[in-house]
Amino acid sequence: MGALEASVDRASLFEFALRMGDNTLILGHRVSEWCGHSPVLEEDIALANTALDLIGQTQMWLGLGGEIEGKGRTADSLAYLRDAAAFRNLLLVERPNGDFGQTLMRQFLFDAWHLDMLKALERSADSRVAEIAAKAGREVAYHLERSSDLVIRLGDGTDESHRRMQAALDDLWPYTGEMFLADAVDAAMAEAGIAPDPASLKPHWQAVIGEVMGEATLTVPDSGYSHKGGKRGVHTEHLGYILADLQFLQRAYPGAKW
Amino acid sequence: MSSQWPLWEIFIRGQHGLNHRHVGSLHAPDAEMAIRNARDVYTRRNEGVSIWVVKSADITASSPSDKGPLFEPSNSKVYRHPTFFDIPEEVGHM
Repeated sequence: MGALEASVDRASLFEFALRMGDNTLILGHRVSEWCGHSPVLEEDIALANTALDLIGQTQMWLGLGGEIEGKGRTADSLAYLRDAAAFRNLLLVERPNGDFGQTLMRQFLFDAWHLDMLKALERSADSRVAEIAAKAGREVAYHLERSSDLVIRLGDGTDESHRRMQAALDDLWPYTGEMFLADAVDAAMAEAGIAPDPASLKPHWQAVIGEVMGEATLTVPDSGYSHKGGKRGVHTEHLGYILADLQFLQRAYPGAKW
Repeated sequence: MSSQWPLWEIFIRGQHGLNHRHVGSLHAPDAEMAIRNARDVYTRRNEGVSIWVVKSADITASSPSDKGPLFEPSNSKVYRHPTFFDIPEEVGHM
């Protein structure tokens, strides 16, 4: 550990790594649920690629988390052996897949935030964080290109697709605010120059959302209400079902390898 | 649903290849999405540096029944192959 790493308390940095890794783990799992069920083969493969990218990023973030914690936990043990209350992902990423439009809308709202976050993290004072961000950023740039393109196509598509995309946006909107809310961990990260103040990402995110929704002929809800809790481990009932699916094998057969 | 989307032929130029090679086909509503789909379907293992897409319907193909007239005449013209030259040792492998 260098001097920079030592200047921020280890518990906050661990918490931060979990937040990044749990977002990608839970969203990656959600997206992987489409595998074999997508409307067309090409989309099926594209979604599986996105899911795999996110799981790969999870390995890096949770791997870093385990290293920071220094208690011998690995990316695998953090992913498979924590209970719901120990997860730190945003509520947005645990939302059910719904129809294809809801899945794409969730992806777009997250991608737009994710890319800006990773760009900011590339300038992190912690070189390990900057390195992961640089690698993940290239993948996420493509995720955003793809999800924004599909949101525009479906929003500005048929009456049916427009209706579904607007319903998805209205449904997910109250879950977007949590991305920009800061707590003591975020303040410590910003103070140490490791991560940006979450609120600082909001103006550009809003501009991206506004531009894409404009092209998609969708109306951005003006409600400022936001559900929150995921970042401190207070989750919706959906996370428990995700973990039951995700963790079953390691829980039932501890240490199983294949 | 996919039956309403046109079929596209996908050509990819590999890391070290000079030419785009035909790798397969897929469905997409337009050229832009055909490229994205090709990226996801055919370049998952770092296969390429460039993608071309062509609507399958835009390809004019020779007819299989013309195979004889088109290709067989060249069978009997061995002199079109440069097999009657002795290559000097020092030239090495050509």
